[in-house]
Amino acid sequence: MEFARRQSPYWSARVAVPSLMLQVLAALVPAAIAHVWFFGPGFIFNLLIASIFAVGGEWLAMHVRKRPPEVALSDYTALVTAALLAFAVPSLTPWWVTATGALFAIVVAKHLYGGLGFNIFNPAMAGYVVILIAFPMHLNLWIAPRMGDIDYQYLTVLQTLTYTLTGSLPDTLGFDAVSRATPLDVMKSGLNGMRTVSEIRTNPIMGDFGGRGWEWIGNFLAIGGFWLLIKKIIRWHIPVGVGVGLLLPATIMYFVDPGSHPSPGFHLFGGAAILCAFFVATDPVSAATSPKGRLIFGFGIGFLIFCIRTWGSYADGVAFAVLLMNMAVPAIDLVTRPRIVGHSNDGDGTP
Amino acid sequence: MTAPTYDLGNLHGGLRLPGHKAASTAEPIRDVPIPSQLILPITQHVGDPAQPVVGAGDRVLKGQVVAEPDGTLGAPVHASSSGKVVAIEPWPVSRRYGDSAPCIIIECDGEDRAFETDGRWEDYLSLQPADLLLRILDGGIVGLGGAVFPTAQKLMQARTCKIETLILNGVECEPYISCDDMLMRERAAEILSGAQILMHAMQIESCFVAVESDKPDALHSLGVALAELDDARLVLKQVPTIYPSGGEDQLVQLVANREVPSGGLPTDVGCLVQNVGTAAAVHDWIINHEPLISRVTTVAGDGIVNPMNVRARIGTTIADVVEFTGGYAERADHLIIGGPMTGKSMSTDRVPLVKATNSILVVLKTSFQGRELPCIRCGDCAAVCPVQLLPQQLFRYACADNEAKLREFGLIDCIECGCCDLVCPSHIPLTANFQIAKSRIQELADEKARAERARRRFEARNERLEHEKQQREAELARQKESAKQAGPAAIAEILKRKQQQGEED
Repeated sequence: MEFARRQSPYWSARVAVPSLMLQVLAALVPAAIAHVWFFGPGFIFNLLIASIFAVGGEWLAMHVRKRPPEVALSDYTALVTAALLAFAVPSLTPWWVTATGALFAIVVAKHLYGGLGFNIFNPAMAGYVVILIAFPMHLNLWIAPRMGDIDYQYLTVLQTLTYTLTGSLPDTLGFDAVSRATPLDVMKSGLNGMRTVSEIRTNPIMGDFGGRGWEWIGNFLAIGGFWLLIKKIIRWHIPVGVGVGLLLPATIMYFVDPGSHPSPGFHLFGGAAILCAFFVATDPVSAATSPKGRLIFGFGIGFLIFCIRTWGSYADGVAFAVLLMNMAVPAIDLVTRPRIVGHSNDGDGTP
Repeated sequence: MTAPTYDLGNLHGGLRLPGHKAASTAEPIRDVPIPSQLILPITQHVGDPAQPVVGAGDRVLKGQVVAEPDGTLGAPVHASSSGKVVAIEPWPVSRRYGDSAPCIIIECDGEDRAFETDGRWEDYLSLQPADLLLRILDGGIVGLGGAVFPTAQKLMQARTCKIETLILNGVECEPYISCDDMLMRERAAEILSGAQILMHAMQIESCFVAVESDKPDALHSLGVALAELDDARLVLKQVPTIYPSGGEDQLVQLVANREVPSGGLPTDVGCLVQNVGTAAAVHDWIINHEPLISRVTTVAGDGIVNPMNVRARIGTTIADVVEFTGGYAERADHLIIGGPMTGKSMSTDRVPLVKATNSILVVLKTSFQGRELPCIRCGDCAAVCPVQLLPQQLFRYACADNEAKLREFGLIDCIECGCCDLVCPSHIPLTANFQIAKSRIQELADEKARAERARRRFEARNERLEHEKQQREAELARQKESAKQAGPAAIAEILKRKQQQGEED
């Protein structure tokens, strides 16, 4: 009897990139629902726009690079990038802002570097930083969370959609009526205004740890993150690294000077730290590869977030921290190279 | 009875794979009847091909040597049954994935008459170790774990090192394969006897019998046999069920907690590893005087109707063995000789069972699918690599054909276990890439050596030409000088000779 030959091993692969990405997306669903609940339907519009432009950009880039577009589209990585971008931008964001971010993320940050697996920078964060610098005004326009006791003019679905498509509010509504500063902004401007942390925290936008509404999104992000950890889709090293890197200096400074430094809990739940720890920094392509390297990578991100929040001019520093550590990855990989079994310790590859 | 121990060194990475061994271990080992024709490849071992010492038309007996080792590394081949040599010709062999290589083909007469040994079989304990090694060499015994390194030469090499421990490898970590497991269950005493012979040959006083924790029956049988033997030098060691703990270097790491240096052998750290099947073969040869003419092999996989372990004569075709077990299932897409991780995929089942054949695996195409995607640097491959390589980096350098980086990142140290392939979410055939890169590096090295030889030849030639030129010049100068010294008289002589010549014309 004749048989077809094939390469070893003769065993089914247990995981696949597309299913990994779908599970990452699934892990984001609870937080997305919370986002819509607290900040209105804008998130859905942003997600749709980001997805359309990310997938379209991916198709275009693959087409220009003369590669089969369906290969890149079937791995769902563009959708993950779009989802992360949707979490990063305010729920009220004009479509061209989101679209610019998505296109830059996919076309420039991902495909100009060689496509999936070759991008040095986290595409979603690169896209976000570009729009943060290009459209600073639009990206500061956060609406207040839907909490019964906050005096706030709610937007209807139609009004939100109109704003997303045209960038303007109904004539009867001014920006001041709908927008609120984010908890981190409030903290930053308050501290700059020489007020103490406890004074600032009396602002109705502040919750138990971070900002109201924000905390809940953080909780759901953490639940999704732990689910990814349990499913072994992400490893613990980066989230732990980010957590330690952020909370260690935050705790020290809080104990040294609680008047001008918010609590570690505020740092954890006040901004995008949890999103970063579980979903952004864990992007394997732009992270360090060895376990030790990932701890260092995560720690660096957490520490930079703390530094930017404390001494930088931006209220949050997740995107900058991630991009800065992306740059450090080749060096981290070099110094954390494991010793090959049977080789001596000098690590130069010779026995 | 020695209690199994669990004090083990650390092994990096590895995988817990489903064993799939229950189906083939339900029944005892069954004997495959003598086939009508035996196909005996002359290369069934690492080293040089054995040279046939019989010709077409010769009658041979069971156990008779039909091919003898030639060169420094090799093993003899024995007739597995009695009959007539009908041809020595190319036949598909598993070593070449179903392509042909020279084989001795014997038409069996079915009488299975044994070759009379010369009768000088002293007790092995009275033999000098060197003589015992020569005797083992005559038995055609090679490593039966699959590597088929000639056992006698392995022992001779080991005797040049300071060996402390013999490690019997009963780990058999690849899924589906259970021939060693069954052998340990059924022939534990013979395996231990083989170990004693090997210890005498090596003059060492310590032996670990390493068995995976998922083989309770084998552990029990060995425990009982050890208790009966009452030899304190042998110790049973249980090792965790992690693939690839049965790799020689990995086993040394697990059992002796020593790292085999890169490019070295277990003997460099005082360990000698032998497969349990090899130990049993040594016993069969030294005690029962039966050379290596049969072996136990596992027939398993979804493409097999009745998975089981069989003992078959070396030279029986795979087709005959599978037919004996009950044939192929309705769908049988790939025939693998060896395990599902490192086995070889055959083009035909006409290949004979050889000394290396520890498993015949028939699998379905649906068992492995998935489109290859770009590497996302997830690092799972590095996490499971038992040698702590960075397969994702190696893959990149292999694609770029960057020889220096491939060497620096330890491509040579890759044991080709296939763990990285299995966990890769992008379904990149990493091991196959590394195999190709390895042979490419080898080619480059060969090319370099060839170029170096050519360069040396060229330089030598230039030197020679220069030397000859100098010699010629020196000769010319000498002649000129002598002519000058001879002076006018000589010139007159020459002129005179010329004149004479002119007159004769």
